[in-house]
Amino acid sequence: MVGTLTHARDVVARVVDPEIPVLTIEDLGVLRDVTQDGERVVVTITPTYSGCPAMGQIEDDIRRALSRAGFSDVVINVTYLPAWTTEWMSDEARSKLEHFGIAPPTAPSDVRCPKCRHGESRLIAQFGSTACKALMVCSACGDPFDYFKEH
Amino acid sequence: MSEAVVSGAPQGMPLPQTDSPSALLLGHADDNLVLAHRLGEWISKAPELELDIALGNIGLDHLGVARALYQHLGRTEGRTEDQYAMGRTDREFRNLLLVEQPNGDFAHTIVRQFFVDCYQLQLWPDLAGSDDDVVAGIAAKALKETDYHYRFSHGWMLRMAGGTDESRERVQIAIDDIWRFTGEIFEGDTSIDRDGWNALVDGMLAETGLTKPEDPYQKTGGRVGYHTEHLGYLLTEMQWMQRTYPGLEW
Repeated sequence: MVGTLTHARDVVARVVDPEIPVLTIEDLGVLRDVTQDGERVVVTITPTYSGCPAMGQIEDDIRRALSRAGFSDVVINVTYLPAWTTEWMSDEARSKLEHFGIAPPTAPSDVRCPKCRHGESRLIAQFGSTACKALMVCSACGDPFDYFKEH
Repeated sequence: MSEAVVSGAPQGMPLPQTDSPSALLLGHADDNLVLAHRLGEWISKAPELELDIALGNIGLDHLGVARALYQHLGRTEGRTEDQYAMGRTDREFRNLLLVEQPNGDFAHTIVRQFFVDCYQLQLWPDLAGSDDDVVAGIAAKALKETDYHYRFSHGWMLRMAGGTDESRERVQIAIDDIWRFTGEIFEGDTSIDRDGWNALVDGMLAETGLTKPEDPYQKTGGRVGYHTEHLGYLLTEMQWMQRTYPGLEW
């Protein structure tokens, strides 16, 4: 039996980012489109950063999730246009990030500590644990935290 | 800067066709791959953990751009990205001599990166207007990343120039050593905004009081496949796996 497009879409939209597991690829804006051509499911994704090492893992995860749901004929396209931007991230996704301990993308002057919610912090390192994050330290509680860079 | 550009290509040797759009695109892909490899050489031995991560991350961005460009070229030329990266000899690479220069000390790496960032800040906006949608998309994305790389390299130019006597001396030595590879950026690619590059570099020199060498000599040849000896050693290390086990996949 061939699954429906809506089903395929739901399955793909639930795939989480391997480096930030509280966000799905839909939350992140990495998932651009899911279409169906006969039995074939065509998924279009876009990388956050050109060299994002999670892309390969995300492709594998999409294939695995679709396969478990009964879709075996899967094509994954990677598109660069339009260029990914953090503006695509929903308010819900931003709030999930903050609860996870990562300051969501915003202008650097508006970053607040995800632990104590204090509004002043300073940059420790422009490049953090993943391509999309920088490392900050809170001026109030003194804790260091990841900041998802506005991009 | 001086306009006197002396070609590094030996006289009398046949030059490959280099002015086609795909040859230029290959040059951009090779720039990013070779620079990515150089930056990767710092991993585990940068001066600080934060710099280790920064240089690795910048390298990863360059690698991603290179892969996207190889994949795109490969679709029309019928080759895989590995064939471009791992299957060509040094004479077939079209990267700038600038990016293949050894890392040297941290100052050399930062000066090289700064010159490349100033160049790519001119290159990507131009390519983002390309008729080829894929190239335009890759360039638009790369521009955002280059902007961030520039913040890093420019920041370190200021810090090294304004740091200790030793850091200032080292960054000046690095500029003096690397300057002769910058003229090539504008050779064979007339679409690059040379004034834009000059403005960024001169701005940095004015901010720091550092100077550029008086010697007008410029070494070129990378875009036509005549490289410095350093590229051969780099490729030997980068390609050994595919050379030993051709077509190997993970």
